[in-house]
Order: sequence, then C-alpha cells, then structure tokens
Amino acid sequence: MSFELLMLAAADGFSYAGLLFLVSLGLTLIFGVQGILNVAHGSLYAFGGYTAATLAIWAAEKQAPTWVLLAALVLAALVVGVILGGILEIGLLRRVQDKDPVLQLLVTFAAFLIFEDLQRLIWGVSPYSSTEVVSRLGNFDIFGITYTAYQLLLIPAVAFGVYLGLLFALRRTRLGKQIIAVTHHREVATALGINARKIGLIAFIMGAFLGALGGALAAPTTSLVPGVGTDMIVLSFSVVATAGLGQITGALITALLIGLARSVAVYTVPELEVAVPYLIMVAVLLVRPNGLFTVAQARRI
Amino acid sequence: MKGNHVKSLHARLGALVAGMSLLFAAPALAQGAKPAELKLGITTFSSGPASVFGVPAKAAAEQWIEEFNAAGGINGVKITPVFIDEGLGGDKLLTEYRRVVQEQGVKVMLSAISSGNCNIVAPVAEDLKVLNVMWDCGTEKLLEDRRYKYVVRTQANAVTEMVATVVYLLKTKPDFKTIAVVNQDYAWGRDSWEIFRNTLQALKPDVKVVAELFPKFGAPDFSTEISRLQALKPDVILSTSWGGDLDTFVRQAGQRGLMKSSLFVLPLAESSAERLGAALPEGVIIGARGDHYFLHPELKDEPKHKAFVEKFRARTRSYPIYPVYHMVAALQAVADGHNKAIKANKGQWPSTEQVAGAMHGLEFKGLTRAVKIREDGQGLEDQLLGMTRNRAGYAFPVMENMMIVPADLVTTPVGQKSPEWVKTLKPDVLKSDRIKVYAK
Amino acid sequence: MARLFDIRILTIAGSLLCLILGLAFPWSKTPIIVGLCFGIATLGVAAMVRAGQVSFGHAMYACIAGYTVAFLARAWPQLDGLLLILAGVGASLFAGAIVGVFVVRYRGIFFGMLNLAISMVLYSVIGKFYAITGGTDGLRINRPTLLGIEFERAGFETVLLVGTLLAAIGLGILVQRYFQSASGEALAGIKTNETRLEYLGLSARRVLWDGYLFSAGLVGLSGALFALVQGLVTPDIGSWLRSGEFVFIAILGGSGHAIGAFLGAAVFELVKLFAAAYMTGIWQMLLGITLIVVILVAPEGIVGLLMKKSALATPRRKSPWGTRREENKWTP
Repeated sequence: MSFELLMLAAADGFSYAGLLFLVSLGLTLIFGVQGILNVAHGSLYAFGGYTAATLAIWAAEKQAPTWVLLAALVLAALVVGVILGGILEIGLLRRVQDKDPVLQLLVTFAAFLIFEDLQRLIWGVSPYSSTEVVSRLGNFDIFGITYTAYQLLLIPAVAFGVYLGLLFALRRTRLGKQIIAVTHHREVATALGINARKIGLIAFIMGAFLGALGGALAAPTTSLVPGVGTDMIVLSFSVVATAGLGQITGALITALLIGLARSVAVYTVPELEVAVPYLIMVAVLLVRPNGLFTVAQARRI
Repeated sequence: MKGNHVKSLHARLGALVAGMSLLFAAPALAQGAKPAELKLGITTFSSGPASVFGVPAKAAAEQWIEEFNAAGGINGVKITPVFIDEGLGGDKLLTEYRRVVQEQGVKVMLSAISSGNCNIVAPVAEDLKVLNVMWDCGTEKLLEDRRYKYVVRTQANAVTEMVATVVYLLKTKPDFKTIAVVNQDYAWGRDSWEIFRNTLQALKPDVKVVAELFPKFGAPDFSTEISRLQALKPDVILSTSWGGDLDTFVRQAGQRGLMKSSLFVLPLAESSAERLGAALPEGVIIGARGDHYFLHPELKDEPKHKAFVEKFRARTRSYPIYPVYHMVAALQAVADGHNKAIKANKGQWPSTEQVAGAMHGLEFKGLTRAVKIREDGQGLEDQLLGMTRNRAGYAFPVMENMMIVPADLVTTPVGQKSPEWVKTLKPDVLKSDRIKVYAK
Repeated sequence: MARLFDIRILTIAGSLLCLILGLAFPWSKTPIIVGLCFGIATLGVAAMVRAGQVSFGHAMYACIAGYTVAFLARAWPQLDGLLLILAGVGASLFAGAIVGVFVVRYRGIFFGMLNLAISMVLYSVIGKFYAITGGTDGLRINRPTLLGIEFERAGFETVLLVGTLLAAIGLGILVQRYFQSASGEALAGIKTNETRLEYLGLSARRVLWDGYLFSAGLVGLSGALFALVQGLVTPDIGSWLRSGEFVFIAILGGSGHAIGAFLGAAVFELVKLFAAAYMTGIWQMLLGITLIVVILVAPEGIVGLLMKKSALATPRRKSPWGTRREENKWTP
C-alpha cells in the first residue's frame, strides 16, 4: 500500500470517525453520569437524521441560505435530544433507577424496539435525504481525488469542536464541575448539595443531543432507511468499550483508530471491513480488560 | 388453587377440541363448484429496506384487485387478497405462509420479492400443492435446479436482465476498456455481477475489471469506495444496487464528481429515479427489470396503461416503478391462468393442480408487452433500458434512447444452466434486428 | 411441595397444548418448535443471568451450531439429523470452552461487551465470505433422515416437535436441578458475593466457566434445532439483536425457575405471531411495550409473578433480582 493510498484512506476515515465520535461521545457521557448503557442511543441517531433531513428539505425548498441549512441540522438534533432524551430519562429511566443494571439496560432495549417502529410510522419506509447543503459547500481535490468540503472539513471540524467545547465545559464551568462530581460519586455529590437528579437529566439530554447530532450530520450524505440506527448502536458500543467507559479523549482516539482501520481495510482486505471495529475491540479488551484509556481511579469523565 | 388449575385446563382442552372438530367439519369443496371467493396470498415487504418495492406493489395490488372485482372477477369469483410482510424474516414468513395456506385455505400465493424468500417458499409450495407465483424475485437458479409443478415466475430472471444490460451497454458504448462494480453484498449483488461479468467476457473479452467492491448491504457511507474508484478511473461503473443503498451511492458519487468521469450503469435505477430527482445526473444507463416504464415507447399512450398510471399517481402521488408492473403482471397471469383452466375444464371451476398446469405455457399481457411462461415455469419478459435525460414536466430524469431487448434472445434456454450458457454467447447477438431502438 | 406441583401441572398442560396445537394446526408446528428453541437458548442465557452476567453475544453459539449442521449436511447429505444436532452442540461446546477461558475473567458490562464483540466478528465474517457461507442469504439444508427414517415434511416436523418438546422438558428439569445443586448455587454466588465464594475455596472463574460452557451448549442445541426446522441458516441467527432477544426472554420469563425461560419464549412468540397476523409493522413496538410493562410491574418476570401469587410458595433464598444496587454495581 503506497503512501498516497494511505493518505486517501486517512481522508475518508476522518469524516467517518467524526460521526462515530459524536455518537460515541453521547453514549459515554450518559454512561459516565447515569451508569446506564443506552441501547436506544441508535434510535436517537436515526431520529436526529430523519428530523434533520425533514427540516433541511423544507429549508432547501424555501431557498434558504447555507447557514440556515446548517443551523437546521443542529436545531433538529437539539429538538430530538431534548424531547426524546427527556422522555427517556424522565418517563422511563427514573422509574427503574433503583433496579438491577440489567433491567435498566433492558428498558433501553425496549425503548429501542419501540422507537424503531415509531420512526417507520412517522417517516415511512422510503429512503430520506437532503443533499443540498453538501453541494452548497462545494468540492476540492487532493491527489486528483475529489472530496466534498462537507465531509472532509465540516464534519471533522464539528466533531473536534464539540470535543474541545465539552472538555472546556466540564473543567471550567459550574455545571461541568457538578457533572464531574456526580460522575465521581452520586451520593457524595448529593450530600454536597448538588441536585444529582437534575444533573443526570441534563447530562442525559446532552448525550442524547450528541447522538442525534451524529445522525443529523450524516443525513446530507447518506440515505436514511429503516434500521439505520441499529448498526450505529453496536459500532458506538465498540468505540466506548474499546476506549474505556466514560473516557472522552479515549473515545476520540478510538473513533479515529476505527475510522482509519476501516478505510484501510476497504483498500487492502475488503472482506474484513465490517469486522474491523470488533476485531479491534476484542484485541483491546483481551489485553486491557477495562478498555484502552481507563486508569485506576473512580473518575469516569 | 389446585382445583382452579385443573378446571382451567379442562376448559382449555374443551375449547381446543371444539376448535378441532370445527376444523375437520369444514366441508371439503366439491370439485368443480365455484368458490365464494378466491383467496390470494401476497407476500411483500411492508417493513425493512425492501419496502421501497413492497409498499408501492401492495398499493398496485389493491388498485388492480378493486377494479378487477368491480368488473366481475374471474368468471364471477372475486379475488380477496391476504397480505404477508416479508420483512419479518424468513422463519416468520414461512409460518405466516403456511398459516394462510393451511388454515385460511388460500390456494394461490404471490411470493416473493426477495430471492432468499423465494428459495424458502418454493419447495414448501410444492409440498403443500399450492400455486406459487414468484412475482418479483430474480434468482434464476431456482427454476433451473429443479422442475416445479406448482411454482412459476411471471417475470424475467437475473440472466435476462443482466445479459440485456450488457447488450445495451455494448451497443451504446462499444469501445470502453475498464469496468468496476459496486454491488450490495448479498446473493443478488454477487450473482448478478457473476452473470454480468461472464456475459461481458463472452461478448467483449478485452475489457479489464479493475475493482470488485461489495460494501455491506445497507451501508450508510461509500466514501472510501468512491475515493478508490476515483483513483482507478474506470470507464464504466456498474451497480445493481437498489433502494437506500443505491440512493446513497448515487448521491455520494454525484457529490464528488465521480459520475462525470465514468459512465454509470444502474440496471435497477428506474425504481430510484423519482426519489433521487436532480441527484441522478443525465447520461446514466438505467433499467427497470423488464419492459415496463410509464413512458414506455410503444405503450405509454395505450388507454389501459395510461389510465392505470394516472390512477396510481392519484393514489400514491408517485409514478409506478417496476415492482408495480410486476405485481399487475402476476395478478393478470393468475386471472388468465384460471380462465384458461376453466375453459379446459369445460366451464367448471378448476382444481389447483389444473390451474398450475394451465400457468405453464400461458401467454398473458399485463400493462406492457406480453409475457410467455415457458414449460419450466420461467416467464419470458422483454427488457427495456435507456439513458437518463432531463425533460420538461418531470422533476427527475427520465429514460431516453430506449431499447427493448426481446427476452428469448437473452434468456438461458430450457434445460440449460445459466453459468455455462452465458459463456456461449456470441457477439452476433448485438446485431439482431429484433432489438428495437427508439431514438428519442 | 405445592409450588412444585403447580409447575408440574403447568409443564404438562403446556406440553399437551404444544402437541395438540401442533397436530391440529400443522402450520403451527414451526412456530411452536421455534418457540421451544428460543426457550432452550434462554435456559442457557438465564444461567448466565443468575450469575449476574448478561451476555449480548450468546446467539453466536446458535450460529456456530447452525452452520456446523449446514456444512455437515451439505458435505454428507446421508448424515442423520440426530448426528447433525450432536455435532452442532459439540461445535458450540468446543467454541464455548475456548471463548469461556477468556470471558470468565470479566464481569458486568465488560463481560457483555466482550461477548458482543466476539459474536459481531463471527457475524460479519460469516456475512462476508460469500463463497463459503452463502453470505447474508445463508445456506440451505435439505431434510436429513431422522433416526435412519426418511420423512415427508409433515412427519419430519412432527418428529422434530416431539423431540424438541422432550428435550425442552428434560433440559428444563436438568437446569432446575443444576440451579439447586451446589455448583448452581456457587454460580449464583458470583452475583451476590464473589469474594465469599473464593473464601469457600471455590474458584469463581472455574465456576463461571462451567456455567458458560453449559449455557453455550444449550444455545448451541437451540441453534441446531432451529437450523433443521427452518431448513436454512443465515448469519441473522447470530446477530446481536438475537442475543438481545434471548436476554429479553430471560427477563420476561424470570429466572426464579427454569420454566420461566419457556413461559417467556411463549409470550415472546405469541406477541410476534399476533403482530404478524393482525398488526403488521408494529411488532417491535408491541414487544418493547410488553418488556417495559413486565419490568415495571413484575421485575422478577412471569415466574416471579406466578410465585408471588401462589400463597404456598416455599421460602426461597434472596431473590436473584431484587438485590440492592450497590451490591452489584457494574464495573468499573
């Protein structure tokens, strides 16, 4: 494999890793604060995508300027994150808060099943997409290969921006510090006067928003079809488990690793493309049972 | 407590016995007596990715059956459809299939869209002695590997479709050197490519295959595949994908300019054209798995066809795509097959066996050109292909430079196996004067 | 032992119902066999649940057994169905023994994740190597002989129905005995207090490995039977969704008694069948709602509900589900 091909693979892997990171980040944030592995996270991705496509199609028909189209994507993710995230947390997870973790996980699995059908009832079965924003942002060439600015620049930039923003928020803001405190130890945090319930809800909605944002940003380049969230769940599981649960920087590095390995596989051993994330996960877990970046401490964010 | 259990068990057993006696008491229909209705089982995708085919086809079935029943049905017998969702998976499909046949007394099944499902239901239909019309699946192996008495196909198979595509490609662009393929990674994607490649090698041996890519079924992203294709710069890119996969591939390829540098051949893209709209550029070779098209060069103004298209548009707000035509063809074949069997049976209502016999050798006409079912159960359906062009009045590109390839020219003869047969094809086939070309 | 008597009646009634339904309505034989297969697989998963470990990858053993059956049946069509089933179970036991060595070192979420990862590797590899495995369309299996006799479809299914039913009853009793045996209690000890288990001189890993092997064999058996009754294996029988369904059924039925697996499977199949016939398009929603209702109303599953209702329930050790959160907080 030549250097040039490696660079091409890296370029493709980047954009893919960006989306994967956003979704995984949401998942790992929710786990960190709530201790719940949210199977319905894939549904948030799908709902985010469908809502974004619906909004963007509508905006494109109205000849809206490019920034409005981009804002529509974020708005869609926000709406889905707040509404679905809120329903999930308040309506369902709170009721099983004191139950066995297995039951908590199963509840999110049930929610996933319900959302799958709900999504089909709302948007039907025809593929959904809105590509307007990609063509507006234009193309450019590397090594004679044409890339879209949207995929190669915008998505990775958003992903990295979200990463920096979240780090800043967690370290420098009051809310972020409260989140970290709850992550450390819920009971102690409560004793210190933090409203752990409220923090849990906020963190859950943030995580849900990130999952939906991944879907919303994918919407302009892909076609949304029934079942689109199903693959995303296991993929983001593998990122989160490989990185170590609750590891934000770890998730970023792992998403990059998986994105790159996957596109290198397309060039070299296409048969293994789909298996690559899981091969990495098995290999990592066998060597480091708690994931790549988990250190021996209570803190998970 | 104990008493309750025993009691409820008794009650349950009693109900069961009652149910069973009802079942056995149902009077067997006397041979020749006209049934009150003809129950017709139809399997189609209401869920899953293939519902892009199943949902319009179901609407078509409902529309056609309404009209048909209003006009008197089959010799006065009305058709009652029973729909089954193929999206539930093979095992649930089989359970439902058997339930409607063995419990509800369905004698005729239209099944299935997916080749995998056809493979599952065909041997079962033969065991249950129920007429099974394969109305949309493409696998050619099924009818070549075994002779079925109760299983027929009312449309072409993958061989007819792929060989016709090669013919169109070679007649419109005879001088290309390299080709790449991007197909879905499942039986249809793999098998259709194998037929296409073998045919191409027989007709134009100097073409080089530069890439064979099989991204997984339902893949959301083809960026890497597209980069690789841009680096390889093949003259022609083939994809037999459909549904969301095809939409995504065409969108991403279009966004990155791949469709400007290579000629795209998309034999199933007629079913995606309206959805893709402007994302599908001009100058792409597309097909429709048969000779059906709402702008059919010979039959677009025929009153029956025109009326159907208008009514379908009013009903579903979209133009009919190929599974719609396949559904109508299968329904028409069932009706004609019954009428043929009734005639042979001196006006008496025929047995399933007699209808199945009548289906073999039947010639019927759905909305487009007539189809003949051969003695092996395979339908001979002509193939229409064309090139996309934007035209005023349509929000999506439509086919122009259309060509209709007669089915018998490009279908494996009865008793031969397709993998060997396509290798024996000669370039003479391209010169046949039976291939009709419609300029503009 | 009034409680046992209840369950005995339930078992006999259920078995009779299966047989009568299957013979009266021939189409119902396959869903009944499939339901029993799900029940058998869930027995295996429930054993893991008792140890507090939830595997989101156990369907891989059904997949391994199913493909073993398919490969052997295609290579040697004269092989008897019983031999095929045994070979399938053998293959899944073999795989379970090897994988078990690694996964028993993990607890909680990482146990689930590692199983998930391994099953996903298998799932995607099988889906990809089209030439060998038939890809996502799978491999067809022609009806083999059973005990040397060649059957028509109807006879074949009847024999499979009876055989599966007998196997289900036998295994149910066996699993219940296992749960109540010393090693079964040790397995449950992994959930409640692993340290105490080690103090007793037992190796927790060894105990879990035994349980894992046992559960792999059970899921394997269900996969082999499933392959034969359907006449087809596809990678889907090893997908993570299928693994999730096994856990789903285990929770639905409850792990208080082995019969829970079959009660759960029955409800699961009934909801699916009902939805397939009358509410096409929302079967997943129905399943999801059922699960949520069960978790909220009867967190110990159907069995738990039945036992609670039965005033004569014998005193049991602490419920396997109702433990406080702190005791089994998932790692880390």
